[in-house]
Order: sequence, then C-alpha cells, then structure tokens
Amino acid sequence: MLAFTIRRLLQAILVMLVVALIAFTLFRYVGDPVNQMVGVETSAEEREALRERLGLNAPVMVQFARFIGHAALFDFGTSYQFKQPVADMIGKRLPATLELSLVSALLALLVGIPMGVYTGLNRDSALSKFFLSVSLIGISLPTFLIGILLIFVFSVNLQWLPSFGRGEVVQIGWWSTGLLTTSGLKALVLPAITLGLFQMTLIMRLVRAEMLEVIRTDYIKFARARGLPDRIVHFRHALKNTLVPVITIAGLQLGTIIAFAIITETVFQWPGMGLLFLQAVQNVDIPIMAAYLMLIAFLFVVINLIVDILYFLVDPRLRAERAVH
Amino acid sequence: MTEMASPRTAATSRIARLLDSDILHSFLRSKVTIAAAFLTLLFFAGAIFAPIVAPHDPFDLAGISILDARLPPAWMEGGDARFLLGTDDQGRDVFSAILYGSRISLAVGFMSVILAATVGILLGLTAGYMGGRIDAFIMRIAEVQLTFPAILIALLIDGAARGIFGNLDREKYVFWILVFSISLSLWVQFARTVRGSTLVERGKEYVQAARLIGIPPFLIMIRHVLPNVLGPALVIATINLALAIITEATLSFLGVGVPPTQPSLGTLIRIGNDFLFSGEWWIAIFPGAALALLVLAVNLLGDWLRDALNPKLR
Repeated sequence: MLAFTIRRLLQAILVMLVVALIAFTLFRYVGDPVNQMVGVETSAEEREALRERLGLNAPVMVQFARFIGHAALFDFGTSYQFKQPVADMIGKRLPATLELSLVSALLALLVGIPMGVYTGLNRDSALSKFFLSVSLIGISLPTFLIGILLIFVFSVNLQWLPSFGRGEVVQIGWWSTGLLTTSGLKALVLPAITLGLFQMTLIMRLVRAEMLEVIRTDYIKFARARGLPDRIVHFRHALKNTLVPVITIAGLQLGTIIAFAIITETVFQWPGMGLLFLQAVQNVDIPIMAAYLMLIAFLFVVINLIVDILYFLVDPRLRAERAVH
Repeated sequence: MTEMASPRTAATSRIARLLDSDILHSFLRSKVTIAAAFLTLLFFAGAIFAPIVAPHDPFDLAGISILDARLPPAWMEGGDARFLLGTDDQGRDVFSAILYGSRISLAVGFMSVILAATVGILLGLTAGYMGGRIDAFIMRIAEVQLTFPAILIALLIDGAARGIFGNLDREKYVFWILVFSISLSLWVQFARTVRGSTLVERGKEYVQAARLIGIPPFLIMIRHVLPNVLGPALVIATINLALAIITEATLSFLGVGVPPTQPSLGTLIRIGNDFLFSGEWWIAIFPGAALALLVLAVNLLGDWLRDALNPKLR
C-alpha cells in the first residue's frame, strides 16, 4: 500500500512537471511578457531594466526553476489585462466554480446511480427504455445547447429561474457561498443541471452495464436462494460490486466537470474560474492561462490519486493481488 | 506477389461477406438506424450542395437586406414565405445559414477525424507491433493526453495561436487551428484501440509467416496488419465525428472558433443566443436543433456499427 502510494505520488509529480513546462513555455514564448506589461511609450532602457528585474535574461533552466518555485506558492504574477495579482483573481472565483462542480457531481451520482440500478434490474420495462433513450439524447446534446434550452424554457418562457449570475452570496472568511440564500440556490439550479446531465447519463449507463454483469453471477443467485430480500441482494450484494468502475469514472469525471464548467459558466455568466479563463484566452492573458492550467492539472492529479487509493478501500481483491506480487 | 495478394483477397471477401450477411441484415432490421443513416445523408447532401440547395446566399451582402431582419418563421404571424425558418438580425435566411453552417461544421469534423485517425492508427500500429520502449513511450504520451479534456486543450492552443499570429492573422488559419486542436485530443482513442487489436494480430500465423520470409516490419504493419485492425477504428471514427462536431460547435459558441463572417452551426447559435430574451428564439433554436439532430444521427450510426461489428458487446 505504502509503496503503491509513493509510486503514484512520483507519477503525479512527473505529470505536474510536464504541465508546468507547458505553462512555462506559454508564458515565456507566446508573445513577449515585457511588451505586455509596459505601455508603448516606455523606452528601451526601461524595458531592459524590467526584463532584468523579472529575471528574463537568466538562463532558461534557471527561469524554469524559478517558475516552478513561484508556482508552488501559487504566485503567477500579474494579469496583463487587469493588472491585478493572478492568485487573488483566481482565489476570488474558485468558490463559485467548486460549488457548481460539486453540486453537479452530487446530482449526477444521486440521480445516475439509482437510474442505472433500475435500468439494470428491469431491462425491458418501458421506463428503462425511456431512460436509455433520454440518456442517448443527453450524450448527443452539447452542454452549451442544453444550457440554452433550459434558459429558453425555464427563464424566458416560464420565468421560474434566473438565467445568469450567482444570486446573493454570503461571505464566510475568504469563501463566498451561494448555498445559503434562496436566490443563490435558485441561480444554481439550471447551471448545475446543465453541467451534471452528461455525467449523469454516463454514470447511469455504466452502472446499468455493470449491474447486468453482476446480476448473472453465482453469488447473486446464491443470495437469492438463501431467501434474502431483493433490497439487500440488489443494493448490498450487487451494487457494491459495481462501484469500482463507477468510482474511477466518477473521479475522472470530476476533473472533466471542472473543465466543462468553462462552457456552463459562459452560458450562464457564472462568475467562476472558467469564465475568467475564457476571457484570458480571448485576450491572450497568459499569466491567467498558465495559472488556470496549473490549478486544473493539480486538481486532476489529486483526484486521480484519491481514486487510486479508494480502490483499495472498496475492493479487497485488489489488496490481495498486490500482496501476492 | 502471393504475400501481397492474400490481404487483398481477405479484404474483398470481407466486403462480400459484409454485403451478404449480418451487417446488412442488422442494418435493414433496425428502423432507427435506417432513419439515422437517412438523416446523416440528408445533412451531408445539404452541406455539400448548399450553394445549389439553399434559397439564399447568406454571405452575399448584395442579396441580404436589413429590412428583412428578425422575421419569424414562415408559418408564424409576420413570417415571410421567402424565409422558411425566419431571418437573423442582419436579414440572413436562417435555413440557408444552417445549410452553409453545417458545411463548415462537417468540414472541420471530417478533417479532424481524418487527421486524428491517421496519426492515431499509425502510432497505435507502431506501438502494438514494435512493443517495448517505443510502445511504453507512445502509450505514456497518450495517457497524459487523455487526462486533459478536449475543450481545455483546444482553448489553450487557440490562446497560444492568438498570441503567436495576432487576432487578425488567426482568422486566416482558424480552420486549421481548429482541426489541429480537435484532432490532438481525438488521436488517443484511435491509438489505444488499434494498439489493442495489433497486439492480437501480431501473434497470428500470417504475421509470423510474413516475418519468416523476410518482409520488413514496416511493410508487414501497413500491408498485412493494418487491414485487419481497421474495423474497430472505423467505429471510433464514426463516434469521433460526432465528438469533433460537438467540440467545434462548442468552441465556436464560446467565441474561439470560426468567425461570424463564415459561421458554423456553433457560431449561429452564439449569434442567436443574444436574441433569446427579446423573443427571436428561432435564430438560436433552429441551428441548435440542426446540430442536435446531426450529432444524434451520427451517434446512432456509430452505436449500430459497434454492435454490428462486435456482437459480443450487445
């Protein structure tokens, strides 16, 4: 277990270094950082002085090492566009994105798993076929289109829910939350559904496929023969054994959710990191792009690590296999 | 010549078998698949022959009039029979814009899949056939690539392209930037699938025979193994075409895809989105419906193809 964790940790560090290299290359070689920071009227000497002060004349390897050093402290310099420290800007918007992503992921799990179990157990019922058709549509519709349709139905026509922003937020320390006010919760509904729908259909299809496999195994037949009630057979025996792939996918999807939040945040003008990143791309604001890239990579790596360790907790067979090797 | 003839005859006999039996039969049996195929063909035809089929040319400035702006669909009150699905804010016919838009969406989609398939299949073939360090190296790159969602990669490339080319020059290359960034995230699936099938094929007798008579590895890979691993790659290609179209539409919707002067379906939805609240819903909803139908049809075809080629998965 320990050796395994250390090996995964080393791999994670390697991935982070590769991503840091990409971010550094972006920062250093796409456009000239000095030109971005000064006005047109700045003299050549002043530019040279700034270049020296920023350490851009040092050897590339030294610059890269410094970049990593700063990145580890989450210092990505100043935004070209807003002239504010990038870390502050992202910090302010982080809660909005994380709240949206986590609520969507929960929604996907809490609705997707029961739907998967149901369609897996009742293969041929009309409701199962309906769920499956809906899930195919859910996979085919692009996220942004789902968002627009929801806005069209629930904001424009029915006028039940707001179509943009976070509503009122409550400040708890540095964290701003929209979960404690009515308008905040209302504003969360449409974006969370938009973002979670794809993951929900994915989880449903996965659980269904796994259930179909598991339900055929001998130990389920035996459990039924022992006269255990359906509820226990289905949920304690069958569902538990479908959870390993579900955890993997759900974990990997959490990363995807955070990335897909860029789209949802744009559709709903949700003031999160994704919207900030998109604006940065459009204005070639490299420090923000680099910082966002590093942050997303970090989240990915941490989630993957947690998923790998969760495997061991959920599936005792894996522990035994490792022990043999 | 004999060693060259054998895979060819295998391929022709496979086509003969295909027409003769299961696949065609399963196609004709599934009404949904026939409908999906028909819809896909309709889109292809509409896109290819857009200049002939479309009632108006939305890019001909002389042909559009601002007086026709924001007309509702023909069947609604205030609609105009000339504009079946209404007009947008500049008086462009929405139906014609959809036809021209699918042209660009499909062009980007096809080019991306072709590029991704070529790179992915070659790398997968090499990794699977050569094995060892080359295999480990290619698959490790694929793994890292897989960690990052397509949208994120495409956005980063677009941002970098803006920095390198400047915003104006970027519009000239935008088609290729899109194709490049979309295929960059699609090749992995091809490589993984083809590698898997190649590993199986490598151990078979015809490969051993080819090696024994001294055919160079490159030729064995291209002439002998490749034709036998193309089936699964074809399924991936179909599903990835839908994915590529979605990705392009998303990027264009986000404002980093094709410019409004040559709108794809995604750009049209982006333009229409601004008019959703003022009541002109048709400017966004019709291109959106077109996109959804196209992707759904291609996905259904892909699903069917997967089941038909591999009955075990059903």
